[in-house]
Amino acid sequence: MSSAAVQSDVVPLMEARSIVKIFGTLRANDGVDLKIMPHEIHALLGENGAGKSTLVKMLYGLLQPNEGELYWQGQPLRLNGPAAARAVGIGMVFQHFSLFENLNVAENVALAMPANVPLRTITEKIAAVSAAYGLPLDPSRPVHTLSVGERQRIEIVRCLMQDPKLIILDEPTSVLTPQEADQLFVTLERIAAEGRSVLYISHRLAEVKRICHTATVLRHGKLVASCDPRKETAASLARMMVGADIKSVRHSADEVRPGPVRFELDHLSLPPADLHAVALKDVSLRVHGGEVVAIAGVAGNGQSELFAALSGEVTVSDSAVVRIDAKAAGMLGVTERRKLGAAFVPEERLGHASAPRLALSQNTLLTGHATAGLVSWGLVNLGKAYEQAMTISKAFDVRKGKPDPEAGSLSGGNLQKFVVGREMLREPGVLIVSQPTWGVDAGASATIRQALVDLSRRGAAVLVISQDLDEIFEIADRIGVIHDGRLSEPEPAKAMTLEKIGLLMGGAGHAH
Amino acid sequence: MRIELQRRAERSRLMLVASPLIAIALTLVSAAIIFALYGKAPVDALYVYFIKPLTSQRTALELIVKATPLILMAIGLSLCYLSNNWNIGAEGQYIFGAMCAGGTALLFQGTTSPFIVALIILAGMLGGALWALIPALLKVKANTNEILTSLMLVYVADKLMDYVIRGPWRDPKGLNFPLTADFDNIIPVIVPHSRIHLGSAFAALVVVITAVLLWRSLKGFEIRVLGQAPRAGLFAGFSPARMTIFVFMVSGALAGLAGAGEAAGTLGQISLPFANGLGFTAIIVAFLGRLNPIGILFAGLLLALSYLGGEAAQISLKVPIGITKVIQGMLLFYVLACDTLILYRLRLVRAEPKAA
Repeated sequence: MSSAAVQSDVVPLMEARSIVKIFGTLRANDGVDLKIMPHEIHALLGENGAGKSTLVKMLYGLLQPNEGELYWQGQPLRLNGPAAARAVGIGMVFQHFSLFENLNVAENVALAMPANVPLRTITEKIAAVSAAYGLPLDPSRPVHTLSVGERQRIEIVRCLMQDPKLIILDEPTSVLTPQEADQLFVTLERIAAEGRSVLYISHRLAEVKRICHTATVLRHGKLVASCDPRKETAASLARMMVGADIKSVRHSADEVRPGPVRFELDHLSLPPADLHAVALKDVSLRVHGGEVVAIAGVAGNGQSELFAALSGEVTVSDSAVVRIDAKAAGMLGVTERRKLGAAFVPEERLGHASAPRLALSQNTLLTGHATAGLVSWGLVNLGKAYEQAMTISKAFDVRKGKPDPEAGSLSGGNLQKFVVGREMLREPGVLIVSQPTWGVDAGASATIRQALVDLSRRGAAVLVISQDLDEIFEIADRIGVIHDGRLSEPEPAKAMTLEKIGLLMGGAGHAH
Repeated sequence: MRIELQRRAERSRLMLVASPLIAIALTLVSAAIIFALYGKAPVDALYVYFIKPLTSQRTALELIVKATPLILMAIGLSLCYLSNNWNIGAEGQYIFGAMCAGGTALLFQGTTSPFIVALIILAGMLGGALWALIPALLKVKANTNEILTSLMLVYVADKLMDYVIRGPWRDPKGLNFPLTADFDNIIPVIVPHSRIHLGSAFAALVVVITAVLLWRSLKGFEIRVLGQAPRAGLFAGFSPARMTIFVFMVSGALAGLAGAGEAAGTLGQISLPFANGLGFTAIIVAFLGRLNPIGILFAGLLLALSYLGGEAAQISLKVPIGITKVIQGMLLFYVLACDTLILYRLRLVRAEPKAA
């Protein structure tokens, strides 16, 4: 017997060979190979836009490859839809959950099951599965009362109840606290130990090193490496993903000399706008000129409500609650707050920070119409708006196919550089930015973070709302944590540890 | 084999222009088939319907008369639709505007003055604007669906008009026909030997002003942003509520102007039936014109042609006048269907073998 025969003893559970997927002119996957062995936690690594989601959608039957084949336990496999994938034993947990907020846990699970299974049986089965895998869940709780981590558990339980051989998890920890992520890792190890395989999509290198047995790395749609992440360093994995070393943020002077208070919240409370919104409870905050203050927290703990109250998209009835450069601004709308020297970058770059179908020059007008000298007598100076868009693109290295394309046609990272640069070039006295580098590749992230720090060092007050703890530690001088609409007192970044932030994110900081 | 719609990466510029032309072509083909079913020679019938009205000076000028109210109303509607406000009730605003203009004219019977004419026009615009304000306020204050309220107000306006023309405003010398007396103050004719009145000049002016408003002014930017990306509009500091009030009132005022022009210009009186669905045809004009003022200008002329052609076909081909409505309906149907091509491409797909 030759060695080839020995190798063939272990047939991959699922294999993809020379997969090509083309969207228009873009080769989203270009000859990708992937082998998932039984019992293994397999990492799929890559930056945003590297082709991870495209590949996974083909493995789950949501997309059909243009070229290449799939094999399941050595046999050719054709998937014409997710139902076919589930039938062979492939389950998937998406990054964005598909749960009905007004139904309870058992009802949500029942929706994914055959119609003839009684709710009682489902309830019992949920209890059994959640006990077996360490996924505590109360089947009778309505979904809208659950945290994001608990919602993810529903999705995982729902997936496990179909008894899959392969479970695909799309960026599962991006919404979890460090402690919740630890719990998830224990669950994943149990799942692998009983003979199932896990395909784990992530760009967080530390956790991949920690729990994954094999890693497949994609870059620009091509397979760049297949390795054992436990034998690599975070830096070497990052190099594979990005193709170059990443610059870290320079702090010109490590000790900050805070200037006057430029932005202040004084006991801000707001009732929730609707059933699923979070109430803001007694939020107080001071941001000095010269410093970057970061607000950490798990998504859905009041960040979007807080941003709306800060920007003036939602106003408060007591004007003194929000102060910009000591001027009461609580009753002012977003345009008036901009006139006071504040600038805002919301989390959602398409549809909130920009209008997707308008050109970049028009999008310059979106936030600059009252402050950038673009409008006189109600008429827009289109030439000047175009010039400003070009200045922004040049200063922030916004890459685009033509001079003034529609915002929606830019890649996520380039559009993010544009919407951040648009506010930055106005040299605001106060900059409030939510998720500045969400979904942005490493190179662009470094540019944006550096620009935020530099702006603060020129005397502006910079407030960053972020879920990315690496980012927060990289740029923040002080860190506060938001949980269930309450903000912890921001403390110097040096005094904060990952563990402490994790506890605050989980709601351990309210006793005072 | 099956036909599949495949999403395009971005909107097709070619189809943006070509889609209304394809729609017109499909409408002509369908119209030809209908004429053939009536036993008429399709080519001749199409000639009578779409070409012949343009061959005489009288009917060519009449085209402008017919197009004027359509263009005025469609421009107003386009501002509504661009800002994501679904005003379906131009017909009602047109009727109520005409009523206010007519009432003003009847009030000043016996004396003539250009100021009275101006007052008649203003009354029409104000009436239309107020009628449109109702669904706008209901939407802003009570979160009602403006499609339903604006549509239902059409029938309210229609019945009101019916009441005043058959009742208090009926011409005593009118042999009991439902019509008012001839107005003493008339919107002046501006082209000799035609019925083209000052309203047509207003319509041309409105086209130009709207083009500047939409493409050069902050207000136009606001309209487009709030329509395309409401959340970005809020972030820009624009108010959707104020926008709803603004576009409804502008749209209503333009429909009222059209109504005043028809009553106190083209007809010189109000007679029943008055509106005949012109306000609904204006919806077709707005979409066929791509919600673009210049496009609406041409679309208005085309739809006006379909009215004239329908009358000509009824007389010389003996086909029912209802054909006009059928052709207009098909045109709207094809326009909306062809718009799919802007975002999607058609693809022939061979049936895939079943998965194992």
